[in-house]
Amino acid sequence: MSDLINSSLRELSAALATRQVSAVELATLFLDRIEKLNPSLNAFVTTDRAKTLAQARTADEKIVGAGGSAISPLCGIPVAHKDIFCTQGWRTSCGSKMLTNFVSPYDAHVVEKLAAAGMVTLGKLNMDEFAMGSSNETSYFGPVKNPWNVSCVPGGSSGGSAAAIAARLTPAATGTDTGGSIRQPAALCGLSGLKPTYGVVSRYGMIAFASSLDQAGPMAKSASDCALLLNAMAGFDTRDSTSLQRPVEDYGRDLEKPLAGLRIGLPQEFFGAGMDADVRAAVDAALAEYRRLGATTLEVRLTNSGLSVPAYYVIAPAEASSNLSRFDGVRYGYRAPEYADLAEMYSRSRAQGFGAEVKRRILIGTYVLSHGYYDAYYLQAQKIRRLIAADFQAAFQQCDVIMGPTSPSVAFAFGAKSADPVQMYLSDIYTISTNLAGLPGMSLPCGFGANNMPVGLQIIGNWFDEARMLNVAHKYQQVTDWHTRMPETLK
Amino acid sequence: MKRDTQWEVVIGLETHAQLQTKSKIFSGSSIAFGAEPNVQACAVDIALPGVLPVLNREAVVCAIKFGLAVGAQIAPRSIFARKNYFYPDLPKGYQISQFEIPVVSGGGLAISVPQGDFLRGVGNAGDGPKGVQSQATEKYVHLTRAHLEEDAGKSLHEDFHGRTGIDLNRAGTPLLEIVTEPDMRSSAEAVAYAKALHALVQWIGICDGNMQEGSFRCDANVSVRPMNQKEFGTRREIKNLNSFRFMQQAIDFEVQWQINEIEEGRAIQQATVLFDPDTGETRSMRSKEDAHDYRYFPDPDLLPLEITADWIAEVKSGMPELPQAMQQRFQTEFGLSSYDAATLTASREMAAYFETALDSAGKENAKPVANWVMGELSARLNKDGLEIAAAPLSAQQLASIVRRIADNTISNKIAKDVFETLWAGDGKDADAVIEAKGWKQITDTGAIEALVDEVIAANQKSVEEYRAGKEKAFNALVGQAMKATRGKANPQQVTDLLKKKLGG
Amino acid sequence: MSLNLADVARIARLARIELSAAEAEATCGQLNGILGFIEQLQAVDTTGIEPMAHAVDVVQRLRPDGVTETDRRADFQALAPEAEAGLYLVPKVIE
Repeated sequence: MSDLINSSLRELSAALATRQVSAVELATLFLDRIEKLNPSLNAFVTTDRAKTLAQARTADEKIVGAGGSAISPLCGIPVAHKDIFCTQGWRTSCGSKMLTNFVSPYDAHVVEKLAAAGMVTLGKLNMDEFAMGSSNETSYFGPVKNPWNVSCVPGGSSGGSAAAIAARLTPAATGTDTGGSIRQPAALCGLSGLKPTYGVVSRYGMIAFASSLDQAGPMAKSASDCALLLNAMAGFDTRDSTSLQRPVEDYGRDLEKPLAGLRIGLPQEFFGAGMDADVRAAVDAALAEYRRLGATTLEVRLTNSGLSVPAYYVIAPAEASSNLSRFDGVRYGYRAPEYADLAEMYSRSRAQGFGAEVKRRILIGTYVLSHGYYDAYYLQAQKIRRLIAADFQAAFQQCDVIMGPTSPSVAFAFGAKSADPVQMYLSDIYTISTNLAGLPGMSLPCGFGANNMPVGLQIIGNWFDEARMLNVAHKYQQVTDWHTRMPETLK
Repeated sequence: MKRDTQWEVVIGLETHAQLQTKSKIFSGSSIAFGAEPNVQACAVDIALPGVLPVLNREAVVCAIKFGLAVGAQIAPRSIFARKNYFYPDLPKGYQISQFEIPVVSGGGLAISVPQGDFLRGVGNAGDGPKGVQSQATEKYVHLTRAHLEEDAGKSLHEDFHGRTGIDLNRAGTPLLEIVTEPDMRSSAEAVAYAKALHALVQWIGICDGNMQEGSFRCDANVSVRPMNQKEFGTRREIKNLNSFRFMQQAIDFEVQWQINEIEEGRAIQQATVLFDPDTGETRSMRSKEDAHDYRYFPDPDLLPLEITADWIAEVKSGMPELPQAMQQRFQTEFGLSSYDAATLTASREMAAYFETALDSAGKENAKPVANWVMGELSARLNKDGLEIAAAPLSAQQLASIVRRIADNTISNKIAKDVFETLWAGDGKDADAVIEAKGWKQITDTGAIEALVDEVIAANQKSVEEYRAGKEKAFNALVGQAMKATRGKANPQQVTDLLKKKLGG
Repeated sequence: MSLNLADVARIARLARIELSAAEAEATCGQLNGILGFIEQLQAVDTTGIEPMAHAVDVVQRLRPDGVTETDRRADFQALAPEAEAGLYLVPKVIE
């Protein structure tokens, strides 16, 4: 039983199909681990054993009923959802006091799709409040601890998702990525995580942070697990105007393709002064491995990528300031207990319901959109966004994928960057540009750095190149074992 | 400001026309009027976390129709923007509207301002000419733009322990906001424009025009300036005028108020005001006192709206003939007067009724058909409080009456009886009624001659009086003859025969 | 462009977020730090560059006009801080 926690999704699928294990047993195994380990990690904010086991029983019935005939490979496999995904009948808090009592009356598209595939929901995962943060320290429910070292951050905002997988509290999780929120925690916790091309996964039911950048994606131990999950998560949805109408893809179709001839672009801008030496060493070693696998590396330029963080901190707060206006204490969510009139009800409910970082971003966003500043900030940032996107297109004329570090450093200690917002924002310096350009990006573990903390390698592909990126990641994972490592203390 | 200043009024109108779709502009909720509060407010309408808008195709079709009807440009690519402000009946904290690139720009509306109206606010009471007789009755009002947006919900201020109740059924209802240039110079012009627009949006089938239910609401931007001054005065916006009468009253009051303020030495402050029908006055809205900063930006949840030339052509091919074109055609094709043409095209239903009747009665009967539609039919509809679409008498039935007058089967007088009979539902057409009631006009000359002889024989006194030069006596004889035929004889024929016999 | 306390108060009012005097002071410093950081965008020459509002270059998809939603008022109002007679209640709004 105990090696099931380290099994790949394919292995779990086979074990379920051959009835070596039932979905109920598998769910119980993980629920028990959550019960034991979550108090010290704080990765889950909501669990509901009865609901989970009911779903597991339904999955078992499906598997038995199918009698070996075709059924989703994910049927009966547990999954946990970042608490940004509305999940019917489950509290969906988005890491905020504002939504501590919000039991969602509907399912997000992603939740619906994974449930339809027969996956069993273990619970809801902690996150930075409204996905605004890179360390999980902004959650109303307290920070998530990094399973590799509980005095360090797990990254953010999908920190609960990353920590839960790293600690083997769940074999798979959903995440969202607005500026690096899947990739950076995946890197800091030693996992594989993929942010798809904007529009591949429906945003319906995913609580919006910055609508033009938000994209959901899978987080798991390996690239092949991510491929299976993405197959179930992706797909056209009429309820999201930005969901793309494309033929259904098997994202795992090219996993085994040899890498001979692969051209890897290395942006000069990703290998500059900002990166720590330990991260650089691990990334360089990974690149050497790729060369052994037959790939060639070449230098490319992303001249404007240095502007991606400031451009992002105009665009994302602007959209967020508007997206978060619906939290006004009228129809749902937190309402301040005392107020003299309507204006005070609004301003107190929002002052008390939102945390400091969320308020900061709302105020910045309000300012950059306000009269007289729109052109200088918002419009200028949108123009620079186009320059950043154009750089990538030029680079992809020369190479098939782009590689570099996911994060400039390994996981840092709690409090290390929380006093200076700008320092915190720079944690996402290598991930943000892909969101601005709408490109797919992924992170995979490529070794360990200082204090034996995991390092992530980032792969960026052109639009709709997910299958190629998963292939590139998978071939690496066949010749390395970083993705199979787990913290000794949690075994 | 000197007290003998002559003032010019400047008015621009912004009209919100609720579009006739089945569902909301960004969600699949019904927009039917009168439902229980909040039962037509789905997850998208109440702005639950995570929900997203998807644009209703039909709302765009309505905007295209409008653009075509007013000769405007239809943007090949237009953008939806968020207008950010907090209000309890605005669930998202922003309204999805169009800002920089609206779907429709330019175009305009020809209006007729009723005769006898004068430019309001020109001069002062008891001081100089009160007004200038309006010479021109035709005017063209330019449109700035028309854009798609969603409506807000409703705040109900009845007493809920001193609290306000919010009903979001209306939230997300599709609206076309139609904005004019500041082209109007009197309340009468403003009302004439509003009426023309009201008729047009119903004509092209994009709005039901129901003002009581709020389907058609106007805001008026009003300012005054000394005659011949180039710059506009500071304007105040009168919100939510939901009847033409209130519009006239509100503008008239506002104009006089602004003139008084300026003449008392006080400058006009830009403001949003409400009209109170009970007092006939306008007053400032407290909720709008805040300086607004709507922080418009393109809605990232909605992509650019593309309208291709093919789509416009497809919509155009399905559009009805427009009232102005139809008026022209009625004049040239049927020889009707411009007044008749305008009256018959007051609504699409009336025009359709007329044309259907004409198809059946024949083009040569255009004038009598027009007279029957505008006269007897309209009066009868009015009396019964019916819309023309609900008339119990079909256009074909009306045509059957006109045909029988034309071929002398019945007199005009009998025709009215036939009309009443058909109205009451007795009979399938004029022929059936005439047959059943025996109302066929007697045209057999021999039979009439015999009758006339009988009348002459029986009324010798009148005959003598007539011969003595009393014209009145002749009329009495005609009356007698008609009475004898129970109205079925052709009066002209009777007259001619009598004259021949008595004069001979 | 540096914000003062009055600017912060104006922005906070627009955003409907109550700030105490001490919070306003701290917020002012933080916002100026962030604005100082994003200030570098001003130096970039973007003449002739089309602003990019969306990550992908596609046009709006249109929904066929039809009523697809049913009444879920009871479910939704179970979430409301204050509701009565089918209405959401708020402090008195003065028009």
